Amino acid sequence: MMKRGIVIGGGIAGVTAASALAKLGIEVALLEKEPEVGGHLRNWDRLFPSRRKSTEVLQFLTKQINSTISIHTNQKVVSIQEKHGHFVVETEKGLIVEGDSILLATGFELFDASKKEEYGYGIYENVITSVELERMFQDGKGILTQQGTIPKRIGFIHCVGSRDEKVGHLYCSKVCCVTGVKQAIEIKETIPEAEVFGFYMDLRMFDRYFEEMYFEAQQQWGINFIRGRLSECSENPDHSILVKVEDTLTSRPLRMTVDLLVLLVGFIPSAETNQLASMLEIPIGEDGFLEPVDEHTLTNSAQHPGVFLAGALKGPVCISETFADARATAVQMAAYLNPY
Amino acid sequence: MISFNLFVLPFSLGLIYLLYMIARWWYKWISALNPNDKTRFRNGLFSPRFFSAVKEVFLESLIHRKMFKRNALMGYMHMSFALGWFLLIILGNIESRIYSTTHINPPYYPIFLKFFIHDKTVLWFEIYTVPGFFRFIMDLLLLFILSGLALAIVKRSKSRWFGMTRTTHYQLTDKVALTCLWLIFPVRLFAESFTDGYYGGGGGFVTQHLGNLLVLIFQEASQHIAYMLWWTYSLVLGIFFVTLPFSRYWHIPTEILLIFFRHFGIKPQAGHSSFSDVEIGACSRCGVCIDVCQLGVAAHVHDIQAVYFIRSVRDEQVNRDITLRCLVCGRCQQSCPVGIQTDSLRLIERNIFSGSLQSDFGYLPPKTPRQASIVYFAGCMTHLTPGILRAIKGIFLQAGVNYLFLDEQGSVCCGRPMLLSGKHDQAMKLMEANRQLILATQAETLVTSCPICYRMFIEMYDLPMQVVHHSQYILELIKTGKIPLQTHYKKVAYHDPCDLGRGSHVYHAPRELLAKVSDLVHVKNEYEDALCCGGSLGLYTLNPKKRNMVTKNALDILMANQPEIIATACPLCKKTFAKLSDVEVLDIAEMVYPAIPDKTQVTA
Repeated sequence: MMKRGIVIGGGIAGVTAASALAKLGIEVALLEKEPEVGGHLRNWDRLFPSRRKSTEVLQFLTKQINSTISIHTNQKVVSIQEKHGHFVVETEKGLIVEGDSILLATGFELFDASKKEEYGYGIYENVITSVELERMFQDGKGILTQQGTIPKRIGFIHCVGSRDEKVGHLYCSKVCCVTGVKQAIEIKETIPEAEVFGFYMDLRMFDRYFEEMYFEAQQQWGINFIRGRLSECSENPDHSILVKVEDTLTSRPLRMTVDLLVLLVGFIPSAETNQLASMLEIPIGEDGFLEPVDEHTLTNSAQHPGVFLAGALKGPVCISETFADARATAVQMAAYLNPY
Repeated sequence: MISFNLFVLPFSLGLIYLLYMIARWWYKWISALNPNDKTRFRNGLFSPRFFSAVKEVFLESLIHRKMFKRNALMGYMHMSFALGWFLLIILGNIESRIYSTTHINPPYYPIFLKFFIHDKTVLWFEIYTVPGFFRFIMDLLLLFILSGLALAIVKRSKSRWFGMTRTTHYQLTDKVALTCLWLIFPVRLFAESFTDGYYGGGGGFVTQHLGNLLVLIFQEASQHIAYMLWWTYSLVLGIFFVTLPFSRYWHIPTEILLIFFRHFGIKPQAGHSSFSDVEIGACSRCGVCIDVCQLGVAAHVHDIQAVYFIRSVRDEQVNRDITLRCLVCGRCQQSCPVGIQTDSLRLIERNIFSGSLQSDFGYLPPKTPRQASIVYFAGCMTHLTPGILRAIKGIFLQAGVNYLFLDEQGSVCCGRPMLLSGKHDQAMKLMEANRQLILATQAETLVTSCPICYRMFIEMYDLPMQVVHHSQYILELIKTGKIPLQTHYKKVAYHDPCDLGRGSHVYHAPRELLAKVSDLVHVKNEYEDALCCGGSLGLYTLNPKKRNMVTKNALDILMANQPEIIATACPLCKKTFAKLSDVEVLDIAEMVYPAIPDKTQVTA
């Protein structure tokens, strides 16, 4: 009898893993809670470091889907039953999918910036998140303040909800530094006369061509990077934002007015990830992300026989890493289903 | 003829030693008071406060009123020992004077009365009023104490019945003193019973009957047994008195002096003083503070509670860690049956341990604020919660309040963070700078949104104006019809902030305000017993994980009746809860503002 795999989550990890499984001759059912697959990629305009269009990656992703994968969108999982290594997954709408192994790829959510109340998100109109800025880029109607004016000065706040004990997240979200640099350049591309400032603790340009982009941002685009964490901001009568920062390189407090303040929000584990982890009794780490069997050697297997983990539910990752991880997980799962 | 037997010596010497120790320490403490406090003490002795102090000594040291409020069994146990023994001494003295044929009545005489007098005499007034009045009452008191002893024994294994889950560990002297204390009254019972039984009279309804029975069993040996028991009785009393100054029972004489100090207006200082020394001595090591400490209950930190902290100070073993690891929430202070101001004791040690900080705050820009009759001081925490600020500004606009926003562009800190971190002198400088700013406005009313600032303004600033927290001010605006309210009732749990509740005793204004705009649900820990949110400015050395455990625990209790919103009146509590709460966390101002109908548009 043909073995059947179930993939939960239709972002980059889920779709890539499903198509890899299909190529390895396994019948796959993919469950996605949203109307379409693609996950967070759909909310992004261009991707770091080359600033290529995200649609190119999305197209690649959807092309991988073939007829041996049955995709069920708008299906949120509510329960998982297991009997003798056989899984029965039920969704909110009553769909029942059965299989011999489960691959979880339920990814991440973005930190709710209103939890950092002193930054004024949700209170001051011109404080937005990196996701909202990306939507402005996608919409192509230009970068405007809520009052409809072109911002002359834009500030980027790094590490919002990441590396911050005060919100309970000590971990680094990895991709926000480079996203901040990418978006700063894009602002300058859109509004060449704008002044752009990035407020950071330290910039972690860890991957290929990241450092080059950071150099480009400073040398070619004249973007100012100020080492200092935002302490608080307030709104001026004209709805511009007054930021209070300490410039830790000159050891001086700094006040600055910006027309638009962009918060680079970090990763948090998605609500679905937590629910599925408790259904399958998979341990959750101190940082809230799922723990695989071994941190080095078995990062694709969950601490539950027949369950596999791919993508950002194990912690922040960027796109290239997600592709590689999803394929590796698919191989692990295939080997479990059809041992040599 | 003076009645005397060698066995009275251990008791007598022990008593002399104890009285000497009490006199010596009381003298030491009183003479070490600073000149102002000495004057207070002297004046107090000849004022009505002396009698109010005596009354409190009676209520707390004998009746144990606070203990009763906490737990009836616990109160009864303490009362039976303290009041029972006290009455036994008083009535024993009277009894011995009436029965005695001599004018000399040494202190041991009433204690061992039955050894010296064992006739069947019934006094004339006892025949006409209550036959055997003294015999009856002395036996009754003994039973009263023994019932307390029985409870004390039960408490060893069933401390939960007494409202306690954890208690302190005993030191050697405590064990010796405790053993003696427990032995005193059973030994007395048997000494008296054997004596009464052997001589065939003089006993009350317990001792006589028990004595008769014992003599039936032990026959002639009863006389020797009785004599041995009288020796034992004297010995355990003597040992108890000698070990008392080195054991937890030292709190008994010390607490009495503390009560007088308090009634005479003597207060804690920034450093060690007689007052703090007496407070440290007055700790009975009962351990009530252990169960109320959230660091223990919620974060499994079990070695820093007030009783251990005070012990470390007393034993001169105090270290930086135990001094700093405290939320300074005031819960132990609130629950302390002796009323020891544990927070101020902790700050004294912090002042000693904190390094010096040499800033005169010269960098603060000189400011001359304009004059205004109503001044609003948001405080730095409110600046970190712009949602509260927006609501306040909105409410003031709708009510047409003409006010000066003193710290709109930043200002001087109220001083509490620095005070809590043990930098007393620097905090005083900061406070003075801020005070001058406030005074320069010539305000009639100072409104603040932050309970931390509010407490400081009230306790430390001595401001010639009305100081109100915004919950009080907004309530006044509503009561005087300045703002109308239209409400959509939601289930709300109110969290009392430490500095507003226990710190400043503002409990009702926030509740009255919330009741107008919401449906308040009951919270298990509220008013004086409210929990700390875990965000305390008083604790910097606890890792965030443990801090979150405190917050989570407080949230669980707030959420018990499934509120839709958690309301508080402190920006710091709001921020702390919002981080981990599943429901919305709002300040009182943010609850009121949306409830104002037909708002005037806010113009930039």
